[in-house]
Amino acid sequence: MRFTRDHEWVALDGDVATVGITAYAAEQLGDVVFVEVPDIGKTVAQGDGLAVVESVKAASDVYAPISGEVVEANGELGDAPETVNAAPEAAGWFAKIKVSDPSQVEALMDRAAYEDYLGTL
Amino acid sequence: MSQDDLRKTPLYDAHVAAGARMVPFAGYSMPVQYRDGVLKEHLWTRESAGLFDVSHMGQARLRGVSPLSAFEEITPGDFIGLAPGKQRYSVLLNKKGGIIDDLMASRPDGDGLFVIVNGACKEGDFRVIDDELAPQVSIERLEDRALLALQGPKAVDVLAAHIPECAGKVFMDSWATTGFGVDVLISRSGYTGEDGYEISVPGHAAERIWNTLLADERVRPIGLGARDSLRLEAGLPLYGHDVDETVSPVEAALTFAVSKKRRDARDFPGASRIAKELAEGPSRVRVGLKILEGPPAREGAEIADASGAVVGVVTSGGFAPSLGHPIAMGFVPPALSAIGTTLNVIVRGKSGAAQVVAMPFVPNRYVRKV
Repeated sequence: MRFTRDHEWVALDGDVATVGITAYAAEQLGDVVFVEVPDIGKTVAQGDGLAVVESVKAASDVYAPISGEVVEANGELGDAPETVNAAPEAAGWFAKIKVSDPSQVEALMDRAAYEDYLGTL
Repeated sequence: MSQDDLRKTPLYDAHVAAGARMVPFAGYSMPVQYRDGVLKEHLWTRESAGLFDVSHMGQARLRGVSPLSAFEEITPGDFIGLAPGKQRYSVLLNKKGGIIDDLMASRPDGDGLFVIVNGACKEGDFRVIDDELAPQVSIERLEDRALLALQGPKAVDVLAAHIPECAGKVFMDSWATTGFGVDVLISRSGYTGEDGYEISVPGHAAERIWNTLLADERVRPIGLGARDSLRLEAGLPLYGHDVDETVSPVEAALTFAVSKKRRDARDFPGASRIAKELAEGPSRVRVGLKILEGPPAREGAEIADASGAVVGVVTSGGFAPSLGHPIAMGFVPPALSAIGTTLNVIVRGKSGAAQVVAMPFVPNRYVRKV
């Protein structure tokens, strides 16, 4: 699993990356009450808005950590947005992206680097 | 404003110790939530009792030969008719009938009028009061006092253990007494739609009283996040969002704050506009919206009619924890304000169905007789 400074995570399996937000991000957001996942087939560039996650208090953008095409979205979050809080780095994933440039994944932080980064916040 | 410039209430250390997430609000560092989070804090207040620090709000005494009649010069309320021991909701009006702030004014004792105004507006409010009413009225700001709100169905039992007479009071009663060993000013009112009390206490005693109330297992600390979602469900406007200096009491659906006597006398700022709006209807009016599909519509979201034409704007909105779906308040033309009217809210470019519904969204539980 790799991580961004915006607190998204990426898990690469072949050329498909599963994307979600980290436990730290979920904790900061508080109780998630609505998730807007991307349409399948949408093409995103690294840094584009990928999804929107809403807590009681506010809406927050989730950015595409890598470029590619959305091949699957987590429809379960429509009825159970609280999954993002319960299992942010597992069942609370947002989308699967067919990666156009695998080197973008390699360039992201590994777990140790991300934990170091959290320590600076 | 940097963190260092923010003011602290007497309860700042207690909030930090309780694990609060502190945010800038109205020039103060205030708790937006504690460890439970907004959702649980909201629901706890509805089922038990929540304790809020609202010491950022402005407290003052207005004194003079006749502070009640003087106060009518800047508000549309019947203050000459305000009985001892009673509190009234009102608005400060500008010359155009726009709302400078909303406030509570009461007579807890024989010492003039006790007013509580919004924290973000207090400097301006007290300047307006002084500019308009001095020297017939003198204003003393009570900077050394804190303000606690205890809200929820169990608030009465919790507070009665310390101040027994509170159980015999009704909604909008106000009184001065000795409680927790100090002088307190209490009203049976609040900003959540629940039964409860707002308690003005000397700042030096605030942390002790806060901890005493929290020692009761029925009470948990509640942050400003849940205070906002609770007041939204209660249909209560938030100044600076749902109401501002351009909005009249009629537009804001606060016509109850314009007393019958004053309507007839037309002797308050902006009376000609307000009388005209009462007779002919305003050009826009605040309504409640139930969001039927899609994401929450928040402040700034456009409201469209069935044909897609933009007819208004959301002024506050979010997820309603007690209802399990999003709700909003916003302004629309009166022709589209009837209960049941179908409208659309536009969020991130997508249109979602909404329906005009009665406010409060969640029935209030004020105790009007005991």
